[in-house]
Amino acid sequence: MTRPADMRRLTGAAAVSAPRNYHAARWNEPLIFALDAPGQRGVIPPAAPVELRQRLADSTPPQAPWRRTDQPNLPRVAQPQVLRHFLRLSQEALGADLNVDIGQGTCTMKYSPKVHEALVAEPGLAEAHPLQPAETVQGLLRILSELEGYLAEITGMDAVCLQPGGGSLAIFTNVQMVQAYHRSRGDGDQRSEVITTAFSHPSNAAAARTAGYRVVTLPVGQKGYVTLDAFKEVLTARTAAILVTNPEDTGVFNPDMGRIVAATHAVGALAVYDQANANGLLGVTRAGDAGFDLGQLNLHKTFSTPHASGGPASGAILASRALAPFLPGPRVARDALGRFRWEPAGPLAVAPAHPAHGVMANVVRAYAWIRALGAEGLLQVSHTAVLNNNYVLAQLAKVDGVAPSFLRPGARPIEQVRYSWAELAAETGVTSAELGQRMADYGLHYWTSHHPYLVPEPATIEPTESYSKAELDEFVAALKLTAREARVNPKGIQAAPQRSSVHQIDPEAMSDPDTWATSWRAYRRKYLSQGEAVPEHWRPGPDTPKKPRPPKAFHR
Amino acid sequence: MSAPAHPYVPNAAPQVRDAMLRAIGVGSVEELYGTIPPELRLKRPLNLPAPFASEHELRRHVTGLLADTMPAGRTVSFLGAGTYQHDVPEICREVAHRAEFLTDYAGEPYEDHGRWQALFEYTSLMAELLEMDVVSIPTYDGFQAAATALRMSVRLTGRRVVLLPQVLNPRKRARLEAFLDGFAQVEQVPCDPATGTADLDALGQLLDKQVAGVYVETPNAVGAIETQLDAIAHLAHRQGAVLVAGTEPLALGYLTPPARQGADIVCGDLQALGLGLAFGGARGGFIAVHDEPQFVFELPTRLFGLAPTTHADEIGFADVAYERTSLARREEGVEWVGTAAALSGITAAVYLSLLGPDGLAELGEAVAALTAYTMDQLAAIPGVEVPFGAAPHWREFAVRYRAPVATVNRLLRHHGITGGSGPEEVPALGGNASLLAVTEVHSKADIDLLASALRGVMA
Repeated sequence: MTRPADMRRLTGAAAVSAPRNYHAARWNEPLIFALDAPGQRGVIPPAAPVELRQRLADSTPPQAPWRRTDQPNLPRVAQPQVLRHFLRLSQEALGADLNVDIGQGTCTMKYSPKVHEALVAEPGLAEAHPLQPAETVQGLLRILSELEGYLAEITGMDAVCLQPGGGSLAIFTNVQMVQAYHRSRGDGDQRSEVITTAFSHPSNAAAARTAGYRVVTLPVGQKGYVTLDAFKEVLTARTAAILVTNPEDTGVFNPDMGRIVAATHAVGALAVYDQANANGLLGVTRAGDAGFDLGQLNLHKTFSTPHASGGPASGAILASRALAPFLPGPRVARDALGRFRWEPAGPLAVAPAHPAHGVMANVVRAYAWIRALGAEGLLQVSHTAVLNNNYVLAQLAKVDGVAPSFLRPGARPIEQVRYSWAELAAETGVTSAELGQRMADYGLHYWTSHHPYLVPEPATIEPTESYSKAELDEFVAALKLTAREARVNPKGIQAAPQRSSVHQIDPEAMSDPDTWATSWRAYRRKYLSQGEAVPEHWRPGPDTPKKPRPPKAFHR
Repeated sequence: MSAPAHPYVPNAAPQVRDAMLRAIGVGSVEELYGTIPPELRLKRPLNLPAPFASEHELRRHVTGLLADTMPAGRTVSFLGAGTYQHDVPEICREVAHRAEFLTDYAGEPYEDHGRWQALFEYTSLMAELLEMDVVSIPTYDGFQAAATALRMSVRLTGRRVVLLPQVLNPRKRARLEAFLDGFAQVEQVPCDPATGTADLDALGQLLDKQVAGVYVETPNAVGAIETQLDAIAHLAHRQGAVLVAGTEPLALGYLTPPARQGADIVCGDLQALGLGLAFGGARGGFIAVHDEPQFVFELPTRLFGLAPTTHADEIGFADVAYERTSLARREEGVEWVGTAAALSGITAAVYLSLLGPDGLAELGEAVAALTAYTMDQLAAIPGVEVPFGAAPHWREFAVRYRAPVATVNRLLRHHGITGGSGPEEVPALGGNASLLAVTEVHSKADIDLLASALRGVMA
């Protein structure tokens, strides 16, 4: 037994940052369907009076095909068991509130202040209906309007729309605005191409293609950004827009950006700025000052709204004065007496990006975050995000087997770095994805990077402003230890995780239509021979286009 | 950076910052920005309001603004038109606010096993309810779900015409038409004026071998139940067209699931499944298909599958056919996938687990009974007309008033009632039309109050 005086982890700064002897919660929790017990239930919904139910029964034709007489095959579970089940699952997840979540680069895993959760639970938001008369929701409209104004000031753009429920939808809405703009000038058919860069988020290329554009993707040169000359080579009268990120997902700021925007305008195209990577730039540089026409910010990245296991999120659309008429409506406006009202969409506006007015809870959270920080606080956020990133870079420089990509001497990265573990992989056979599996054993989330892996064995680290120096040291120490383990015992790493909620997963069966199990229902059908008959439905005919299956791909 | 460190920004503390700068080997943070050319640098402070000095002051300010609303949920409200007032069991709130889920993101199956399982359970519960084996991880909302489902019908068939119903939420119509623009021509199927649902003769005439997809909703945008879905499916399939059905999952304890009546792609919104009102901002979209590769390979969202681990007593999860997605193949993937509405899916899973088969059946019946009663009561009031009354309805119905809706609603407010939508929500009727929604949160007394107040207003 250790003596009380020897409890070393309680003392000394070094111990605080040492890799943890972590073990994830491992509940071996079965699927909720396994908890099914006849006669049990979790809640009783309010019932209609018997006489009204009788009236309904009397007026419903017997055996109407639309009226179901059986019950859905849902599990029957009492309330405490439902709660316990989902709480156990929550314990088997590591949010940013729990881990040093800097291994998910490009995602800006920052702190989401808890006071925001109290604010969004207020009935003034939680119980408000989107079609209430404007005079009954003045406070909400004020928040919307003021946040639009703050984001316009922060980006130097003229108008903001907060409808999209995610960054990619904001990108797509930007592309629709590009399309509407060119059509309004009779130029829609000729402008058939969108130019993006290889390290911009995949949704830039994908949203442009979804809207019908041919996509030109420029490779990022050795400098970590696409040069003005590279853009000039492909900018033509066919170009509708450039969709660019700056800094790229490499963390390298493109110093040519002002001139690239000018060159884009010179061919009559629009410049659209994906500002998902804005966290190092608040109060430092602005899209509008670089001449951009359109852009988007992710409130769940830069502006602290929680990532929510992958949404609901918020994407703010940014527009110059010339493009503002194309923003989706209705727009919040103010009359001469200072009252807020909805102004219907104008004739140039693109289709609404949301069924109501956007993810209002995220609007309130982002509003509160900016009001808590002010201009000086936002600058502190960005400065510290850049400081933290460069600090982690300096620490990882001392780790063998990993190297930053695209960093020229003297050129510092902004808010993140795309690293490569190619050297370690060549030496040990251990891949970046396998390092990530082991990092889970230390209670840390580590992702590789977006596909394609243009940087071999990639890892993107984005420290944001939210983690203390001791926490950053802990992440680096865990990576360092993991890299050392890869050298000493590569097979051990390749068998990781050992201390996670589950052991290594074999994804192969999920890549084949005969064996994948997309739901419990599909699993029962394929593996337990318990399938219900599949009703009559559409089948491909002789004229149906046949498409070859693309090569299999895996998440990592 | 002379200001003291903000509580959200630990390393802005000067002592820590200076130690880190030394470790980096620079003298100031400014040196780290050397790559940004001077002409792009902002040379003045941002013009923003001064920050609140404490959490207390921030909370006081924002709660003050939020108090400057009269939320419909605190009145006897009949507003619907896409956002509905349903009871939210407390456990939905509890799970949705768990820090682990709330601050999680696109985590890996190891450190975030519980997130994967919760989302797999969401798709599994929905699969049972919808009677389709494949359900997407949530997209943004029901609008996007329908938009994608219709583009799927175009891709599946290689045809270029999509049929939309005459009765459709106007914003949804705009979104669908915009999403189909350049890919399919949109034509409109007239409604039967007595029911508000599809006119089958007209549908039969519009359907030919050019039609990729037929979109119907049940209950539809005026709450009418599509009673002839099986006949519509037969007509569509006979011409080789895909039937896309928008539906309300909460109604499926009462209504026959569309797939059982021949729908090929089923889609809708999760708002009613424990997400609450939240000014219409709490949503998620679902898209469901049968487990056949031609359908599955057209889904743009992620799909989670039940996969084995090295240990027989464990269950693990993995992406299904990841190569479909733009995350795997950028513009070569299907549409795009990004952060959308995963936590809405987890919350919906909790909701469906709580209600179970009995709860869903009882709730579905209660809403139908209350809706029918409200329609009957209002139809008996001189000056109020219930245009599509020949169809059975669920949760919502259209009325036409003798007076302008705004006037009627203003008078109803004196009785503590928030009336229905404006006429712009029901373009099929226009004029003095309004949509009224009735859910399980309404008591018979609430409805009687509405009826007596309306009687007074119309008198």
